[in-house]
Amino acid sequence: MALVEKARIMDSDGIRRATMRIAHEIIEKNKGADDLSFVGIRTRGFPLAKRLAEAIQQIEGTKLPVGILDITLYRDDLTTIAVQPVVHKTEIPFDVSEKKIILVDDVLYTGRTIRAAMDALMDLGRPRSIQLAVLIDRGHRELPIRADYIGKNVPTSRREVISVRLAEIDGSDEVIIQEFSENSSHPCQS
Amino acid sequence: MPLKSKDVLGLEDLSVEEIELILQTAEPCKQIFTRDIKKLPTLRGKTMVNLFYEPSTRTRTSFELAGKWMSADVTNIATASSSVVKGESLKDTARTLEALGANIIVIRHQMAGAPHVIARCVKASVINAGDGMHEHPTQGLLDLYTIREHKGRIAGLKVVIIGDILHSRVAKSNIWGLTKLGAEVTVCGPPTLIPQGIERMGVNVEYDLDVALRGADVVNILRIQLERQKKGLFPTIREYSRLYGVNAKRLRAARPDILVMHPGPANLGVEITGDVAEGVRSVIHEQVTNGVAVRMALLYLLSGGGASGEIAG
Repeated sequence: MALVEKARIMDSDGIRRATMRIAHEIIEKNKGADDLSFVGIRTRGFPLAKRLAEAIQQIEGTKLPVGILDITLYRDDLTTIAVQPVVHKTEIPFDVSEKKIILVDDVLYTGRTIRAAMDALMDLGRPRSIQLAVLIDRGHRELPIRADYIGKNVPTSRREVISVRLAEIDGSDEVIIQEFSENSSHPCQS
Repeated sequence: MPLKSKDVLGLEDLSVEEIELILQTAEPCKQIFTRDIKKLPTLRGKTMVNLFYEPSTRTRTSFELAGKWMSADVTNIATASSSVVKGESLKDTARTLEALGANIIVIRHQMAGAPHVIARCVKASVINAGDGMHEHPTQGLLDLYTIREHKGRIAGLKVVIIGDILHSRVAKSNIWGLTKLGAEVTVCGPPTLIPQGIERMGVNVEYDLDVALRGADVVNILRIQLERQKKGLFPTIREYSRLYGVNAKRLRAARPDILVMHPGPANLGVEITGDVAEGVRSVIHEQVTNGVAVRMALLYLLSGGGASGEIAG
């Protein structure tokens, strides 16, 4: 089952502009940067969270803490999906209680990852609030979850795959749409 | 499933890659200990049965906690009050448990090979929690994890295993795991308690404890089963303690950062003195904690987790 590249929907400039815009929106919505903390969902949510924190530091001069959250063990569909990633550590070097948490992920799709992430955060403490920032919202929600900050809305079919590549992990910044060439279902359907 | 088999019956059967994956997965599992809420939804809907034909505190409890913390339904079978006393066979028991919905069967049995027998007749995953004198793979894995956590590596370390190597399933699992990961293993004990030809497992044999401890990074002290003395395998407990008991004086001649391990329960004053067991170099209590993390990792991996890749969601 081969993936074929269909379109490049964001380049490094596009990602940078979207990140900067989201940073401004976060500051505006929260009336500054007080009590804000970032938690990036492993893998690509973490570098995005760091970029947002850096952008806010440039704008407001406030250095915000950034943690990394692995939600693998919080998925409750262990045997019903084809791919289960290797589990990694969660590293949140601050107490989430009474903080305004900005949860960051690269792609918002079914919403199940975000539900799992919220469960994980609740087990770590009692945040004052959780807001969600994503680079791409591709639709097809299966749970009543929406993002507060969106880099780009990309309507997709379920046969398509959004691939976010970030320099910190993949060596370059871009977002591309791929499609399965055969008439088959998505292996990562969740 | 990233593990080749549906069962974990011994470290002899696991590849280096599989052992590494289990140890890596245990790291985030251990983080659960630091939380107020020790609960994950990972194994919701799964049923795990602890089938113990021998007494156990650490192993059975840590399997139970591992299952419960991952939201599996956990049942403990005390064989003394089960149909085993009516003559129910091992296979019948295993098939009955599977018919009752068990997805994972954890078994400890006095006969070597018992877990292998039931693994062949059920679709459920079978985990060996100790079978006779054969293996105790989860103890081996938690020992590997503990060593690596403190030393940062296994390869190249000098590990001494002291005591009743002949009857010890912990020793066998440790030897398989340590040698596969590149440690230099020495077994030490009275000649009557060292199996003939154990060198074929890739270990050195040393009968003098003080010589064995020189330059060792890790010492793993096995429990002496006191009934062995009645069988004449060593003259007296006192003599065993004098020749092979690990005490503070002996450890002073060893490396200052030597790691002292014991699978428990320890006979204090026989194979290890109380001050060493509770000393700064001892990680005996940590081994127990790590046992839960390693068993959580195994339950996750046997339930389908751990393949590479990412989920879109």
